[in-house]
Amino acid sequence: MDGIHDMGGMHGFGKVVAEKDEPVFHAAWEGRCLALNRAMGAIGAWSIDEGRAGIEELPPEVYLASSYYRKWALRLQNMVIARGLAGADEIAAGHALRPGKSLKGKLRAADVPRTLARGSYGRTPQSEARFKVGDHVRAKNIHPPTHTRLPRYARGHVGVIEAIRGCHVFPDSAAIGAGENPQWLYTVAFDGCELWGETSDPTLKVSIEAFEPYLDPAKGL
Amino acid sequence: MSDDHDDAEHSELSEMQLRVRALETVLTEKGYVDPAALDAMIEAYETKIGPHTGAAVVAKAWNDPAFKQALLADATKAVQSLGLISRVGDHLIAVENTPAVHNMIVCTLCSCYPWEVLGLPPVWYKSAPYRSRAVNDPRGVLADFGLSLPRDVRIRVWDSTAETRFIVLPMQPSGTEGWNEERLAALVTRDCMIGTGLPKSPRETP
Repeated sequence: MDGIHDMGGMHGFGKVVAEKDEPVFHAAWEGRCLALNRAMGAIGAWSIDEGRAGIEELPPEVYLASSYYRKWALRLQNMVIARGLAGADEIAAGHALRPGKSLKGKLRAADVPRTLARGSYGRTPQSEARFKVGDHVRAKNIHPPTHTRLPRYARGHVGVIEAIRGCHVFPDSAAIGAGENPQWLYTVAFDGCELWGETSDPTLKVSIEAFEPYLDPAKGL
Repeated sequence: MSDDHDDAEHSELSEMQLRVRALETVLTEKGYVDPAALDAMIEAYETKIGPHTGAAVVAKAWNDPAFKQALLADATKAVQSLGLISRVGDHLIAVENTPAVHNMIVCTLCSCYPWEVLGLPPVWYKSAPYRSRAVNDPRGVLADFGLSLPRDVRIRVWDSTAETRFIVLPMQPSGTEGWNEERLAALVTRDCMIGTGLPKSPRETP
């Protein structure tokens, strides 16, 4: 999805401003919001990729004007409604008006430690990797209207396979409920000048983590 | 962390407090979530998970060449072996700064960050200015952090576009040779493990 979330290389957002001694959460609701989202993810209400798509589908003006955890709260609300897990009327009322759907259990406090580590998305390969380290590849010029992890700034550009990271759940499939469809994942490094033209910092290299379906073979530059 | 307001102050609750409270109440009453699990998660992020873990990893790598080698080969395995946290996520990758190359990590598409070793990301890491500029103007971003690197140092930016996660292994400050890991860890800032800062110099610590 060519959405506002795909920010790499955009201009106009100004300086990076770091807050001194920033707290973990700026208000109690931020922590509740984070934990609610993760608790719903932990019981399989949606996958990580469906969840990311849920953020990307917020209207661009809402995305830009909302704090990070406000986006999470809006995503949570949209997703529980879209999946029939709760009704907009119930959220407006602040109470359940009907019984819940049955999901796989509920995240208990005792199980929290195991959910704190990142999930495992590596999968057993079903085929050989198409590319090897050192190969030149061109990121495809694709514009799927649904979730993808190929950033716009890399599309159409030639880079070099720097590492093979194994076979992973393919977000483009998982985000639309089309299964895990595991694909080889590579670190692909691009020269700054290839991405940004001759005015680029000549000392810059940028890498992305690219799934095999994002890549075509290319000749060296 | 609990709500700071009691019922008498309902009118002062922000829109977001109300919205999130409504979501929590509904999802709890529906039987999907257990508030005690939310409490436990929040407590973990506020008290247990943070950049002190990453700092201990970096200090160990500075002090122990075999560990450093293991870290660069497979950071998940190496960090797990230290037993600092219960489980390290798969595909954690450590990237090493050298006199010739400075590394920076970013997630241009969302906010991917090595939570288990650095904690939750700061607001600036998730902000539009950082996500947009890290990949095409990293030296400008470093200048925002008050950092200027020599022109002949190559800049390498790692965009976290999949379920791999990166942590920068900064260079050990000179003058700290022979320090124990605890003293070294005190020099390791969160930002130097993201690549937007350098470790403190030995003069900056007691």
